Amino acid sequence: MTSGVKQNRLHKWLISGPPLTYLLVFFAIPVLIMVAASFRHPGDFGGLAPLLYSDEAGAHLGLTAESYGRFFSDFLYTQLFIKSFAYAAVTTLVCLVIAYPLSMLIARSAKKHRDLLVLLVILPFWSNFLIRVYAWMIILGPQSVFVRTLNAFAGFFGFEPVSLLFTPFAVIVGLVYVHLPFMVLPLYANLEKHDPALLDAAQDLGANAWERFWRVTFPLSLPGVYAGAALVFIPALGIFAIPDLLGGTEGIMIGNVIKQQFLDTRDWPFGSVLSMVLTVMAVVLAALAAWVATRSRV
Amino acid sequence: MALLEIGNVTRRFGDFTAVDDVSISIEAGEFFTLLGPSGCGKTTLLRMIAGFDAPDAGKIVVDGQDMTGIPPEARNIHTVFQSYALFPHMNVEDNIAFPLRMAKADQAQISRRVEEALEDVRLTGMNKRYPNELSGGQKQRVAVARALINRPKLLLLDEPLAALDAKLKESVQLELIDLQKEIGVTFVYVTHDQGEALALSHRIAVMNHGRVEQIDEPSKIYGFPKNRFVADFIGQCNLLEGKIKACQGERMTVHLDGIGEVSALNVESDQPGLQGVLALRPEKVAIGRDLPVGPDLNRFAGRVYDFLYLGDVTVYIVELAGGKRVEALLPNSAAGRTKFFEAGDEVQVGWRFDAGHFLND
Repeated sequence: MTSGVKQNRLHKWLISGPPLTYLLVFFAIPVLIMVAASFRHPGDFGGLAPLLYSDEAGAHLGLTAESYGRFFSDFLYTQLFIKSFAYAAVTTLVCLVIAYPLSMLIARSAKKHRDLLVLLVILPFWSNFLIRVYAWMIILGPQSVFVRTLNAFAGFFGFEPVSLLFTPFAVIVGLVYVHLPFMVLPLYANLEKHDPALLDAAQDLGANAWERFWRVTFPLSLPGVYAGAALVFIPALGIFAIPDLLGGTEGIMIGNVIKQQFLDTRDWPFGSVLSMVLTVMAVVLAALAAWVATRSRV
Repeated sequence: MALLEIGNVTRRFGDFTAVDDVSISIEAGEFFTLLGPSGCGKTTLLRMIAGFDAPDAGKIVVDGQDMTGIPPEARNIHTVFQSYALFPHMNVEDNIAFPLRMAKADQAQISRRVEEALEDVRLTGMNKRYPNELSGGQKQRVAVARALINRPKLLLLDEPLAALDAKLKESVQLELIDLQKEIGVTFVYVTHDQGEALALSHRIAVMNHGRVEQIDEPSKIYGFPKNRFVADFIGQCNLLEGKIKACQGERMTVHLDGIGEVSALNVESDQPGLQGVLALRPEKVAIGRDLPVGPDLNRFAGRVYDFLYLGDVTVYIVELAGGKRVEALLPNSAAGRTKFFEAGDEVQVGWRFDAGHFLND
């Protein structure tokens, strides 16, 4: 092997070294700790019981699959997963329906305006996430102008007044609001690259506006749709702050239960089991999205 | 009644007049070319025929029907785009079938027609290929097949050969001519390449600054250019400035600036005193050490300034005594290595009185 090749290898390691180290320390090792924690006993006062303990029968290794048993025997947790899955799916769908026309508008506006419009989409990131969710608590709260006007109308037509805060509806609104830019950006990046000549060709060959969209624009945008869906669905699945603040007891998601296990109940092994199931679900979905995306030829 | 009637069409973009009062009528079955430099309005005109743009004044009539207000998808006119615009997410078969699907043809008919079309453009068996798996020439053939599949009245071709290399271009040109002859669809072809236009067309409209300079068959465009622009744009041409001195019968005497008096062919519009240029094709200019003298021949002495060896021919640039330069073309048709003159050689150039055309300004 020549020294040039060797040096090339060295460069590769120098470049990929820092991110690899970062992923190892902050992702791979914590996941492994979590895997280990899911097989241990909970401590008497929270946390984990010692790995080695001794009683009358002698010394034992404190490993158990008890927490997994608990998860699979109590349908409550599976139900919570299904519910979280449904919330994330609805969020993804609503985001897609809102983001698609928005992205198309940005992609087809004059080039000099596009950057400004993209900036507006990501503008909310400039203020704190929790503050933005608190803002939604006020907007959806019973005293807000919006809810009072709504209820005045409801009363006029003889309906019971509705409360919006602390409902699944509020959770979906919050989830959609927070995740919308993650759908808009990949979709815009995709739509912006479309060759306008393709739409001219489709029109020239007899396709009306509807057919041009469904036969040309939409199929070509699928990689963007998949990327956006993955970026919205996976974080939405595990989130706990939004259901915490907007969902009340009704709108609870799996993220809240995991948080409870670690911080309130202090049952770390069971919290780890729930986290493991969530992680596996997310990985499977991400892999699925990647597989579908590579299969579509664009 | 012509198939396509373009009547006094004008299109402006702000202050810029892209198409200026253009009238052309194209017959059914014709291979018609719009030829001109970039920015001459040929593509704007094509887009108006296709329906992507509308004239500010004048109208476009296809087969007796006024096209005003009819969108592209409702016109029985298809376009082969410069970039081909093949749908990258569809295979060859689905690309070609697209117009039939839009026209709601039944599946059996679609399959049969697609097979026929693939055969016409010699792509049989390529049904399942995707555009990114095709060569430039194959893409071009798919684009043509797609545009012709449901037999439009008119096929518009927007510089369809621009992306192909020179060798391929020639064979594709022959294919296009054969295809057009075979199916009989009227072609309107846009190009800035005069060689393509001359080789392919039945008739050519030479455009410049939004106006039509001349409409004629290729040999007339080349042999009898109507004005200085056409003479200069089509092929190589010596343009010698001068003034008509006298006309006698079929001949006249023209004084060429810096060269002297020559005799030229007199046509009806020519009168003594007119300023203009004598347009002289290089292949009509003879070059030799000792050219014959005669009443039919204009002859001048000069020196070879430089030459361009082009393989089949050599273009000699001869500087005349007065400093004017004249290009003469000599075919390298003799056997063996052929090179007649070197730079600096004393030579004579000459041309028959009827070799050039006087074009007044």
